[in-house]
Amino acid sequence: MEILVCVKRVPDTSENEISVAGDGKDIQRDDLVYSVNEWDNYAVEEAIQIVDRAGGNVTVVTVGGDDSEEILRREMAMGANNGILLKDDAFEGSDGKGIATILKAVAQKSKYDLILTGAQADAGAAQVGGMLAAMMDLPYASLVNKIEIIDDKKLKIGREIEGGNQEMNEINLPCVLSIQTGINEPRYVGIRGIRKVASVEIPTYGAGDLGLAASAVGVAGAKVKKIDYFVPVLGDGAEMLEGSNEEIIAKLIELLKAKGGLK
Amino acid sequence: MAQIFAYITYKGSVADDSALELLAAAKKIDAAAKINAVVAGSGADLNAVCTAMAASYNEVWKIDNAAMAYPNAEVIRKALVNILPAGSIVLMPHDTFGMDLGPGLSIKMNAGFASDVVGIEGVDANALKLVRQEFGGQVSTHVTCDISGGAVITLRPGSFQADESKSAGGQVVDKSANAGDLTVGRKFLEVVAAEVGDVDITKAEVLVSIGRGIEDVENIGVAQELAEAMGAVVSCSRPIVDAKWMEKSRQVGTSGQTVKPKVYMAMGISGSFQHLGGIKGNPFIVAVNKNPKAPIFQVADVGVVANILEFMPELTEKIKEM
Ligand SMILES: Cc1cc2nc3c(=O)[nH]c(=O)nc-3n(C[C@H](O)[C@H](O)[C@H](O)COP(=O)(O)OP(=O)(O)OC[C@H]3O[C@@H](n4cnc5c(N)ncnc54)[C@H](O)[C@@H]3O)c2cc1C
Ligand SMILES: Cc1cc2nc3c(=O)[nH]c(=O)nc-3n(C[C@H](O)[C@H](O)[C@H](O)COP(=O)(O)OP(=O)(O)OC[C@H]3O[C@@H](n4cnc5c(N)ncnc54)[C@H](O)[C@@H]3O)c2cc1C
Repeated sequence: MEILVCVKRVPDTSENEISVAGDGKDIQRDDLVYSVNEWDNYAVEEAIQIVDRAGGNVTVVTVGGDDSEEILRREMAMGANNGILLKDDAFEGSDGKGIATILKAVAQKSKYDLILTGAQADAGAAQVGGMLAAMMDLPYASLVNKIEIIDDKKLKIGREIEGGNQEMNEINLPCVLSIQTGINEPRYVGIRGIRKVASVEIPTYGAGDLGLAASAVGVAGAKVKKIDYFVPVLGDGAEMLEGSNEEIIAKLIELLKAKGGLK
Repeated sequence: MAQIFAYITYKGSVADDSALELLAAAKKIDAAAKINAVVAGSGADLNAVCTAMAASYNEVWKIDNAAMAYPNAEVIRKALVNILPAGSIVLMPHDTFGMDLGPGLSIKMNAGFASDVVGIEGVDANALKLVRQEFGGQVSTHVTCDISGGAVITLRPGSFQADESKSAGGQVVDKSANAGDLTVGRKFLEVVAAEVGDVDITKAEVLVSIGRGIEDVENIGVAQELAEAMGAVVSCSRPIVDAKWMEKSRQVGTSGQTVKPKVYMAMGISGSFQHLGGIKGNPFIVAVNKNPKAPIFQVADVGVVANILEFMPELTEKIKEM
């Protein structure tokens, strides 16, 4: 099976405190630690496992800048066979539809049986997979947490729905699936693995190579425009306990007793 | 302004809580507009929901088809594209159904798309100004969505106060005949219920809940000791289950359990909306997190900025000394 997996480079939220930059136009990006979007790592692992069972190749693709090459190499160190970087000034300021338009162009350059995305990325939008499927007129399922191959025309898939229940579906190939975390246990990538793929060539395509009009992508093509960032204020906020650890714990125990938290 | 439709989801014969939240949101887009609902499904339950919704919506567009007895988003998308007027604004909940339907629908309607919206700040010319969150709620952002060709917008459940006025005096309009060709490449088979675990966290009065801040499976004992000292039960956030460190039945959140404790100790949990969505009954929430900006501090009653791996053992110790 030929599988295309879309991956995005994102600030690692478990490693970083995200704050708003001075002018409010972006977040503070200096000193951020970046990694592969958590959901995409599960998608790549799933693709590798499918190819281990059924044969074929895994290609990872990202829309980004030069920095994004490192995440392609990381996923290739996991076992993806090929990487593709889509990079062009014209792509900047793309909305979800713009990103899907770019990915569609590259997906159509080859013949893929299966296209995987993450369920969502750092903006929590959960949009690119469903858009890409609709643009390509392929069947789609989101939040997939189980994939079984029935034959070369069909998959049996599970979608994770509310309460952790699982909605089972049959879906025709080729199709687009967005992958939910927990579907597998992504393998560990060591520094040696990354070194092995350090010199593999990664083709880069721009708007021209993909036959994309600049007006269809980037700021020009975007119906959704980001105005500014700000820090949300929800409710009153917690009473923050301060002082020495001993004082904090004494106060906390008192509160817990009062609220029925200690038996 | 274009016609606004709220897409109503339901279970049994009862509309989802989001049904009247969407109405409130629609009125924030245009206070003067007559808002319509659209409901797809099949049979008596569908009829009951449509009748109930007519109290709140101007027109309730009913799409009855056996192919929609289970809400397969692929099938419903096709019907909506055939039935909704071009340029419509469609609102739906940002849940596992809305995530399945919304993005593709926006493409097929050639409309703008914004998801997981938590606030609506009005329309200026054709730009609808919306509030979203990014990075797990650590920052918010204003975006504008061009609605000149219509829009599909998914709204975060619980972010808009339900409009209970029931003052529309509307009517049900049967649009089933216009659904068109509904053949799709995805077939619903069945729903498999989540596994039941050894411990029922939904019955616990006190929960010590751990998140990714626990850092390693080896450290879970630290939380178990605290829970033991408090007479509490250990629960967790999703990444702990994804890593297979705890059973799925211990997971709190929209894709896990809904808990109603008296006291909830959020230890190294950032406070994503999917996690908070599983905490009901307004418990006393204690949050311990090393990041003073963690969103959990906005909803907790009491907060401590600390490393949980140091804080929990000290707290356990002091409780044992009592
Ligand atoms: C400085 C800056 C300015 C921006 N301005 C705007 C703006 O004006 N308007 C606007 O709408 N958005 C803007 N964005 C958001 C950006 O364009 C998003 O990447 C885009 O909306 C798609 O990503 P997502 O997080 O929404 O994807 P989601 O739909 O949440 O992600 C789902 C999956 O889609 C795939 N995917 C997502 N992005 C990529 C990618 N780049 N390459 C390959 N696969 C991908 C991955 O598999 C991912 O798991 C801006 C971003 C930045 C950093
Ligand atoms: C459809 C869908 C459904 C979902 N359902 C659920 C659900 O049911 N339940 C759920 O929980 N999530 C769910 N999620 C995932 C959710 O979006 C978040 O990714 C998740 O809740 C984050 O878990 P966390 O807070 O443990 O991890 P993170 O967001 O990574 O936060 C870890 C926190 O720990 C802090 N920390 C790190 N180390 C320490 C330390 N030593 N001491 C103190 N603090 C520390 C960090 O500052 C950070 O705030 C769902 C997502 C999707 C897309």
